[in-house]
Amino acid sequence: MTLEYKPEQERIEVTIDGVPIEVASQTTVVAAVFRLYGIRGTRTSVSGQPRAAFCGMGVCHECRMTIDARAHVLACQTICRDGMDIRTEGGLS
Amino acid sequence: MKANVDIAIIGAGPAGLAAARTAARSGLRIALVDDNPQAGGQVWRQGPGVAAASALRNTRPDWIGSPNVTHYASARVSAFASPCEMIVDAQTHGGVSLSFAQLIIASGARERLLPFSGWTLPGVTGAGGVQALIKGGMPVRGERIVLAGSGPLLIAALATARAAGAHVAAVVEQAPWAALLQFGLSLGATPSKAWQAIRLTRGFAGTRYWPGSVVHKALGDGRVEAVVIRRGERVVTLECDRIACGYGLVPNVALAQALGCVLADGAIHIDETQRTSVSGVWAAGECTGIGGMELARAEGEIAGLSASGQRVPIDLLRTRDRWRRFAQRVARSFELREQARIGPSPETILCRCEDVPFGDVAAYATWRDAKLHTRCGMGPCQGRVCGAAAQTYFGWDAATPRPPLVPTRIGALMEARSDTQAGPDARL
Repeated sequence: MTLEYKPEQERIEVTIDGVPIEVASQTTVVAAVFRLYGIRGTRTSVSGQPRAAFCGMGVCHECRMTIDARAHVLACQTICRDGMDIRTEGGLS
Repeated sequence: MKANVDIAIIGAGPAGLAAARTAARSGLRIALVDDNPQAGGQVWRQGPGVAAASALRNTRPDWIGSPNVTHYASARVSAFASPCEMIVDAQTHGGVSLSFAQLIIASGARERLLPFSGWTLPGVTGAGGVQALIKGGMPVRGERIVLAGSGPLLIAALATARAAGAHVAAVVEQAPWAALLQFGLSLGATPSKAWQAIRLTRGFAGTRYWPGSVVHKALGDGRVEAVVIRRGERVVTLECDRIACGYGLVPNVALAQALGCVLADGAIHIDETQRTSVSGVWAAGECTGIGGMELARAEGEIAGLSASGQRVPIDLLRTRDRWRRFAQRVARSFELREQARIGPSPETILCRCEDVPFGDVAAYATWRDAKLHTRCGMGPCQGRVCGAAAQTYFGWDAATPRPPLVPTRIGALMEARSDTQAGPDARL
């Protein structure tokens, strides 16, 4: 349970909805998206509500996004790679 | 791609890793299949600024680089094509048909996420969920977080949120003071847990810790702005940016159900050697009952030894039994009280995938009827969230899942059927 913080981190660049953003390597896609947008929806539910990452561990599918042209990828279980293209699925309020 | 191993292990948390380590010593060919990009499960999660826990670092050399162990990371089990063949969609390998002689299920547990009005607002997450997101690099510095639900996980999440610079406005625990006090006293039986509790709760005095309380409502327009908490008869509203709420854990049993394994109390039923009711299938860790990392590790070691035909030392069985007693004390103390078992208002969404209100589901007598009439549990998560909630409120047992067990690419199914054998590049 102890967190051991690493002193130095390599930086990488990803693109979220066309906007480039630099993050520390090992950052999950969902964390990078929160870093860019803050707390807000990243997809729209079947009845039109904004939704964002909920379970944080690959269960609920609320964080699904299009990553490198593949649809419905779970952003909480994907680690950012340099040059990655991330597209959220609407719901931005 | 097709691959063939002696032992397949599903899950690379403490149980799966311990099983891989002990089974690897036999020299048998082993596949470790895990849905996360990095081994470690939930408890040993890594991320930017979070190095691997020493327990994970210590176990890794035993299997990473071991020529008889293949690690399939970011790999989800989609279906069992037969009792000894599974179809896996792996990010690094594509669709794989993996045949095995023995199977060890170490699929762990997920949070029990119970609905409340406003729980679909961005900013509401699980309690373990917020911890996982923070470890993955989600910034929370300066944010006001309310942690809620039940269990020791809230304390762990509190420590993580604080270390990341969040302001934890309150910890809302459904169990009453009396139960918590009793639990605190019982920690004397497991000194390592007592030390852990002391370490995690350092500086605790500065935080509002409210036992006997539950989250009633999340308020906000497009995102969380405040939380309404029921403290017995009183109702308190706090402004906040996030609500992280989880009512303990539930075992992940879908894979075992798909194979026909017998369940007991919602967990995979096992014998003394971690064997399930299905021949050649073993189970270890929290999918066999919630018990924490130490118990999962002991069970994993036993399963790895048993499945590979090695002798299980009697000391290991004793260690397992000691942690099982600890798990029983945790379960008793944090048992869900009535206040947490009252369902939300009828219009509150229960099934987040299909947006089905609680009231619509409550009108039916069984999970199956509710599914057929309302579509609850039929979205991408396949009822993993709302099914556990319905079980909590109505006592409905989850129906045996049908393949695909998770959303799967058609391409992955085709790739799994192609005859290419796994080459040496498939190894770590």
